Amino acid sequence: MTERPEHRPEHYTEHDVQREVSELETKSATAARIFDLRRIIGGLFVVYGVIVTLTGITDSQAAIDKAEGVNINLWTGIGMLLLGIFFLAWLKLRPTVLPPEDDRTE
Amino acid sequence: MQTPTYAPTSLAAELRLPTNWLDYTILAIYFVVVLGIGLAARRSVRTSLDFFLSGRSLPAWITGLAFISANLAATEILGMAANSAQYGAYTVHWYWIGAIPAMVFLGLVMMPFYYGSKVRSVPEFLLLRFDKAAHLLSSALFAFAAVLIAGVNLYALALVVEALLGWPQWVAIVVAGALVLGYITLGGLSSAIYNEVLQFFVILAALIPITVLGLKKVGGWDGLTDKLTARHGADFTTAWGGTGIGEANPLGANWLTIVLGLGFVLSFGYWTTNFAEVQRALSAKNLSAGQRTPLIAAFPKIFIVFLVMIPGLVAAALVPNIGSKQSGLEYNDAIPYLMQELLPNGVLGIAVTGLLAAFMAGMAANVSSFNTVFTNDIWAKYVVRGREDEYYVRFGRLITVIGVCASVGTAFLASSFSNIMSYLQTLFSFFNVPMFVVFIVGMFWKRASAKSGFWGLLAGTTAAMINYFVFYKKGVISIPSDQGANFVSAIAGFVAGAVVMIAVSLFTKPKPAEELQGLVYGTRSPGMSEPPAEGDDAWYRKPALLGWGAVVLAAACYIPFSF
Repeated sequence: MTERPEHRPEHYTEHDVQREVSELETKSATAARIFDLRRIIGGLFVVYGVIVTLTGITDSQAAIDKAEGVNINLWTGIGMLLLGIFFLAWLKLRPTVLPPEDDRTE
Repeated sequence: MQTPTYAPTSLAAELRLPTNWLDYTILAIYFVVVLGIGLAARRSVRTSLDFFLSGRSLPAWITGLAFISANLAATEILGMAANSAQYGAYTVHWYWIGAIPAMVFLGLVMMPFYYGSKVRSVPEFLLLRFDKAAHLLSSALFAFAAVLIAGVNLYALALVVEALLGWPQWVAIVVAGALVLGYITLGGLSSAIYNEVLQFFVILAALIPITVLGLKKVGGWDGLTDKLTARHGADFTTAWGGTGIGEANPLGANWLTIVLGLGFVLSFGYWTTNFAEVQRALSAKNLSAGQRTPLIAAFPKIFIVFLVMIPGLVAAALVPNIGSKQSGLEYNDAIPYLMQELLPNGVLGIAVTGLLAAFMAGMAANVSSFNTVFTNDIWAKYVVRGREDEYYVRFGRLITVIGVCASVGTAFLASSFSNIMSYLQTLFSFFNVPMFVVFIVGMFWKRASAKSGFWGLLAGTTAAMINYFVFYKKGVISIPSDQGANFVSAIAGFVAGAVVMIAVSLFTKPKPAEELQGLVYGTRSPGMSEPPAEGDDAWYRKPALLGWGAVVLAAACYIPFSF
């Protein structure tokens, strides 16, 4: 391949992107400051799980008949509750690790 | 869009769901959480990289689930269930051959170039590999298409909400638009992605009960296939039955157009170059996580087909003439119909929430990729260059507001001109195809010149459109259905794009080798030499194993549907 014919300051190259993005990465705050999503998923599904399970426990026969004789609220509720508990347990066992200071400093 | 282009049609009015206070409580809790995520993510936005790409710092499981969720919009869920009610088990092709190979290819082959070159968008990669013409053309078309698709999503949401809950269309459009606007403007891509992951689980909690109860109602899988075979013939519940070349089948496609058109061209075009998808992988925290993003997404994708196809098939079995005037039900009504028939209050609220969440996620994925491309690729490169980073964050927020308003406008327009909208959607669906040609030739052929990108894009798009709108619509060639015509047009666009790229490259100067480092197969960019992060060498995090595992699993899933 030939040498670059002339210097083109207008031309945007990979080096420009690498430099710009690397610079922004050092200032980025997401890694250090974003909350842990597992807490939100866990919380929401525990709340939903409790609501739907309780609905299932108190469901009328009509509601059960509608769902082909399955107490679908109870089963879905339990499933959602378990999913919520799974996320909270995962969070408990493997807490959020903050990134090392050297590459994500302020 | 990879989803078959179903024009959003009105659902039957008698589909009004018997919702009560309990269901609305569940929906309200979700709305509060969605906005809460936006508010909480706000403090993590300091730079434009945080706003547009989550600071390239998210773990793979989050980006992976967001990747699948951005695709699992409600138009996809309702559309694929409709597809199944109309065409039967052929729907599996959109998943097993029409998604998995492309997702694995993205993860194993393309991500090193995307992530390693540190580009912030798909068009930016074209700028580095080709020239400004290709960059501007792809950025402008993408930005326009993203707003359009966001608007169509919003309009589809309004139709569904009107039918199911009885809200006037404008209320649904404004409420959903405001929610999406709120959380993306506040938290940027991070809150879009977090909400997508949440939506993934809610939609599963909605679809699993529908599928299980639906199957029970028709007497299990055997009862379902018996009923459908009696009505539609044995091919209806197989993947390949009747797809021999020259055989007639409702899909209007044969195995060759399915494999090449859907499995290769359309699916690779969508999954590997659609920025609304790729953006999720680019926001991962390192190259390994970026590679694993589409691979982690591939596993749920293999199985989600059951959750949309089975409700579609069940609806086809329960409502003998679904899709015709007598039944009063459209194909699109399959899932809402089962919700109404089978779900008691409580789970019904979850299902409504899941459906609304899926509409909003589909819209948000487009809005968050639109603001990134518009700010980084159009505004910061051609209009206002070289300003401080804070300016571009502010601009990104502003353009999010404008983008959402434009899609709200599009949604209102769509309600009066829905034919034009589906026409436009088809038009843009042809743009992914040449994008893929340009990428694949550009990545694997060093000689492809800077100018060839633009001409390849243009030629491929034009060829696909001519094939569809002239040859197919005017009846010059006979293809039995829109789907079949789509597949053939995609192949035509691919071939035309490739031929023009090669021809233009042969007559124009190649790009100097030093400008191609890390952009072409066989070269490396500086970013790729990073050592793997701690723990990434575990066997279950090996991209090759995950990728090939997904391919083998998808192939194995075909077995019970092939004989």
